[in-house]
Amino acid sequence: MAKNEIKYLTAIKQEKRPKKYCRFKKMGIHYIDYKDAEFLKKFINEQGKLLPRRITGNSLKFQRKVGDAVKKARQMAILPYVTDLLK
Amino acid sequence: MPEKGLNPLPLLPVTKNGLTTFLNQKSIREMNNYELMVIFTPVLSEDEFKAAQKKYADLVTENGGEVLHSNPWGLKSLAYPIDKKTTGLYWVMEYKAPSSFNEKLKIQLLRDESQMRHMYTALDKYAVDYNAKKRSGGKFTNEKTPA
Repeated sequence: MAKNEIKYLTAIKQEKRPKKYCRFKKMGIHYIDYKDAEFLKKFINEQGKLLPRRITGNSLKFQRKVGDAVKKARQMAILPYVTDLLK
Repeated sequence: MPEKGLNPLPLLPVTKNGLTTFLNQKSIREMNNYELMVIFTPVLSEDEFKAAQKKYADLVTENGGEVLHSNPWGLKSLAYPIDKKTTGLYWVMEYKAPSSFNEKLKIQLLRDESQMRHMYTALDKYAVDYNAKKRSGGKFTNEKTPA
């Protein structure tokens, strides 16, 4: 029999993830430049789709601004609309 | 009897498309900050590219605007082909102009066959700050620490 098997009476405490934060609020950035492709690439996935707030942690206000900037960049062919292996 | 100080500016008649409307001077004189980005076809020569830039910069000043900064990026590869071309000549201009000017600019741009795409953006005060900082400080990074 498994004598050395450990049993817990209470559930083990799981590691707590660090809380997500809005980097724009934290860094005091007010304007998101649509011309800066490298910066905008942090907010899109490999297919060039926008990442959700769930993942980026942006506040609603800045997530919208990121979205606007990415869309402008796409119009001006700075970022692609659809792609594969962007990163 | 109108209250004093409510509308201190006199109304001026403005005729547009046969309709006359009255605007106060403020809305005519009010200047906004804009940014224009144009992608010209890559077949333009150096001189033609410069001439095209000058043409639009002059158009701004002729219409009572003011060019704050002009930045030709030059030849840059496009993220996707436009008009079956994979590269384009980028040009960014920051300017100050009355809000009625952009319509005129748009007509001129659409008539121009040397441009493939254009976009003008209204800049808020943070955007103006950002652009000024970027210009003065050489390389201005958007973030303090790269993530």
